Amino acid sequence: MSKEILMPALSPTMTEGNLTKWLVKKGQKVKAGDVIAEIETDKATMEVEAVDEGYVSELLFKEGDINIPVSKPIAIISQNIEKNQIKDKGKSINKKNTTSNFDENSQNKDLSHKKENLEDKDNPITASSNTITMRQAIRDTIAEEMRKNKDIFIMGEEVAEYQGAYKVTQGLLEEFGHKRVIDTPISEQGFTGLAIGSAFKGLRPIVEFMTFNFSMQAIDQIINSAAKTLYMSGGQINCPIVFRGPNGAASQVAAQHSQDFSSWYSHCPGLKVLAPSTPYNAKGLLRSAIKDNNPVIFLENEILYGLKGQLSKDNDFLIPIGTANIEKEGKDTTIVTYSIMLQKSLEAVKILEREFDLNVEVIDLQSLRPIDQGTIIESIKKTNRMVIVEESWPFASIGSEIVNIIQKEAFDYMDSPIIKVNSADVPMPYSSSLEKLYLPQVDDIVKAVKAVNYIT
Amino acid sequence: MLKIRRFEERAAQLYGMGHIGGFCHLYIGQEAVVVGVLMTIKKNDSVVTTYRDHGHMIARGLDPKRIMAELTGRENGYSSGKGGSMHMFSKENNFYGGHGIVGAQVPIGTGIAFTHKYKRDNNICRTYIGDGAMNNGQVFESFNLASLWKLPVLYIIENNKYGMGTSVDRAAAGTDLYKRGEAFGIKGDKIDGMNVFSVIKAADKAGKYVRSGKGPYILEVQTYRYRGHSMSDPAQYRTKKELELYKNQDPIEIAKNQMLKNNLFSEKELDNLNKKIIEEIKVAAEFALESNYPKNEELYTNVYV
Repeated sequence: MSKEILMPALSPTMTEGNLTKWLVKKGQKVKAGDVIAEIETDKATMEVEAVDEGYVSELLFKEGDINIPVSKPIAIISQNIEKNQIKDKGKSINKKNTTSNFDENSQNKDLSHKKENLEDKDNPITASSNTITMRQAIRDTIAEEMRKNKDIFIMGEEVAEYQGAYKVTQGLLEEFGHKRVIDTPISEQGFTGLAIGSAFKGLRPIVEFMTFNFSMQAIDQIINSAAKTLYMSGGQINCPIVFRGPNGAASQVAAQHSQDFSSWYSHCPGLKVLAPSTPYNAKGLLRSAIKDNNPVIFLENEILYGLKGQLSKDNDFLIPIGTANIEKEGKDTTIVTYSIMLQKSLEAVKILEREFDLNVEVIDLQSLRPIDQGTIIESIKKTNRMVIVEESWPFASIGSEIVNIIQKEAFDYMDSPIIKVNSADVPMPYSSSLEKLYLPQVDDIVKAVKAVNYIT
Repeated sequence: MLKIRRFEERAAQLYGMGHIGGFCHLYIGQEAVVVGVLMTIKKNDSVVTTYRDHGHMIARGLDPKRIMAELTGRENGYSSGKGGSMHMFSKENNFYGGHGIVGAQVPIGTGIAFTHKYKRDNNICRTYIGDGAMNNGQVFESFNLASLWKLPVLYIIENNKYGMGTSVDRAAAGTDLYKRGEAFGIKGDKIDGMNVFSVIKAADKAGKYVRSGKGPYILEVQTYRYRGHSMSDPAQYRTKKELELYKNQDPIEIAKNQMLKNNLFSEKELDNLNKKIIEEIKVAAEFALESNYPKNEELYTNVYV
């Protein structure tokens, strides 16, 4: 009788882990509750405990092994040390295969596939040194700008000692100290208002919301104080501040922790709103945001934190706020998208090309306010058809505004009605099956592009 | 104090004539609070206050002409006509508003104090809070942060007995508002806000405490507004008798009597001062009404830097 210890899922978005340390040796006796290993997740280093009593008959990975998929066996515990380990291992793997589809319906599935693809391409061992994750890109940019300007500080829940709830601020405390890397109580309205006051008085805060869901506690300060004071003071008092953190759905964290704020904040004059989709544009956009003298909302995405990508050789580059990126040129249809939906759109584009011979142009907005009207209009003048893909709810979304721009500026160029692909117009459900239905999927994008091309 | 009183009376008159629009909250009756506190201010200290801010600006030494021009929505106003009565600022005088949302100025003032500490400039931020805001969550969040990080902020509660039409005892569980800092380890005091000399004394002590680096301090100042909450409020939630009681301890009269008693001024000198102030405010009102409205193109300026 033996049992395998699987790589556990230790956070909602964890798809793989790194084995940092074994705390047991082969042959050692363990009882339930004993810590057997340390695993580094996408968020933290966690301890793994044995669930049953027995002997460690096999350690299937060695210390330092990385990117071990969730649910893969990492060790085998036997009741009896003398048992045939190979036989046990074979048995248990077969058993595992019958239960390994727990993730089948998760909205992460498409993306984790995508992530794997990307990671294959950018294999950490073979890729050049400027291949980094989105998380690192954001972290590095904050650190680089903090080195240049002593008036920049970062504040938020768990940004300092904990090293960031999503490890984005890892190492910043060590480099910049408690004066500039500041842990706050769970007190969004208080510390947001405080940071805004400090910006009025000349500092340049970066406020991390653990997730943007919690920014609703502080939305009065963001809009009524940060966004409006320049105007209300007749131009005297500006507010150079960045509000950043993960936005949108993560994975099965349900209605209160999964929503997209792009349209909420983009509605408000006085704010600038950015939504990066790759490590490259995260870096260029965040640098622009930190240098900007206005309040900037920087909407990251938790699922994208592990996404790897190439940076340009010039590490100090800027992506100007208000510029979209033509991610892929095409002539048959334009997809306008932003943030995580860029990845899903690119997957759909491959299918559309392969199966329907459609050459689709993909515009990644990057900046939601101000929005790059010129790039969008020029594109539809070329393709005459448009699909807008976004994670937000459909009503009064960024896409709704784009439809308005198109009907006003390019009415005569449209060959078919624009289709918006959005999340369902309901609060986010918990169940993985419903969550998948709620979120836009690759298939939905494929169908929409076919529809604007009248392909049945 | 006299200048504030005469200014507010004139503002009420201009409101009645339709020259001032929107919300307009008068400071009449509360003059000793801000005058007493700001007698103890240093040039580079900061101030942030509520929407009942006209008197605060005058006490900070700002120009009544430009305040009145703002109230009348003219381009010469402190916010170029874009802020109005409740949203006035003067960065060069370290006056950070004028905030229209009850309680919102409290985290902001705490943040300004954060900057003073960050820059080690030895200045402090005086943050005013109405009694109504003392039941608002962000005030307590600010107290917690200010005490936790020992920020140089002096909180001054202007307790004028009513948050709009609701009396303090109908809104606050426990009416010693300054004691609400105790849970956060913030010291405080309650003082008579109708006597400017007692305000000066207490504000001086509190200011020194905060400047010494010991963290925040809360000064609850008991005062009273003679007028309604705003121009449109008939103030029927209180009795005439109550109003008379406070008018009989009018801060200006108390100060006047004390100055006469101590031979600081003669009756005649005070009369002349009053006349001079009436003239100054008259000129301010004329200046405001003769000023231009903002140019149409100003609609789209100052949204972004």
